[in-house]
Amino acid sequence: MQDSASVSASATTAVHDHHGDAHAAHNPALLHHFAEPEQQRDAASLGMWVFLATEVMFFGGLFCAYLVYRRWYFSDFAAASKSINMWLGATNTAVLICSSLTVVLAVWAAQTARRTLLIISLVLTMLLGVAFLAIKGVEYKEKFDEHHVPGASFSFDHEEIPGHPGEYANPKHAQMFFSLYFVMTGLHALHMIIGLGIFAWLLTMSWKGRFTPEWHTPVEIGGLYWHFVDIVWIYLFPLLYLIDRHK
Amino acid sequence: MYFAVFTALLVGTALTVFAATLDLGSLNAPVALGIATVKATLVALFFMHVWHASEKLTKLVVVAALFFLMLLLGLTMTDYATRLWS
Repeated sequence: MQDSASVSASATTAVHDHHGDAHAAHNPALLHHFAEPEQQRDAASLGMWVFLATEVMFFGGLFCAYLVYRRWYFSDFAAASKSINMWLGATNTAVLICSSLTVVLAVWAAQTARRTLLIISLVLTMLLGVAFLAIKGVEYKEKFDEHHVPGASFSFDHEEIPGHPGEYANPKHAQMFFSLYFVMTGLHALHMIIGLGIFAWLLTMSWKGRFTPEWHTPVEIGGLYWHFVDIVWIYLFPLLYLIDRHK
Repeated sequence: MYFAVFTALLVGTALTVFAATLDLGSLNAPVALGIATVKATLVALFFMHVWHASEKLTKLVVVAALFFLMLLLGLTMTDYATRLWS
């Protein structure tokens, strides 16, 4: 086995020696099992998209549970939803949209070899991500103070159902809303924290000048991940914060 | 282009908050989900480059993900939404 491996290794070396000039000319970032940089980039991007498809199903299960319980306990869900600070949620939506803009600017900067813009965009994205988590923290603290966190100290007594004066939400059903609220926003926040880790790494790589117009795949697929997390929030915001607000 | 999409997304957010304060009867949820879907589609098509710079295989993965999500939500809801009919 070892012999044949070394034979094939030397054969490869021989081939490379033969095409020595061509090898030196092509991008060192191109791995040998890809024919050309485009194919390598498409493969990486496709891999990320397949991962995001699994993420769709991951969050999809929670959205499905949410829909079922929302149908069953609609008025209790409306009362519980109304107790959340809608403006914190709306601000966070705007914060994430701004971060998605800085991400596309980062990708564009990497494509066009604008190192300063790339670094600024990545830093801004991370600051917006931290701002999102900070606002989320304020929101969670309100829920803790109001004893709206599911568990032994949960309390949702005498909370009126929107549009039905004198009728109160069933605390057990409201607790189901808050369980879904904390799991869905918590899982989303976890994705944000992972995203911040990815972007910290992208920032280090950019600082070292590793990305070129020919090879900046990590910026592109890291960006895909960030946009996906933004899309999840785009659905979470109206579903969790805006049930029956008009009543 | 990116700034146009960005503006549309912010307008969509303002619109969904505004629509939530209106009494649209049974249309509140569909309107909110409709706006969210438009926003998500804009992000996917333009920010994630599905529209221009993606190959067919990527588009297939996106469509497959949506198909299976609809299968999950659709079949579950056809069950739960029709249980009281009998």
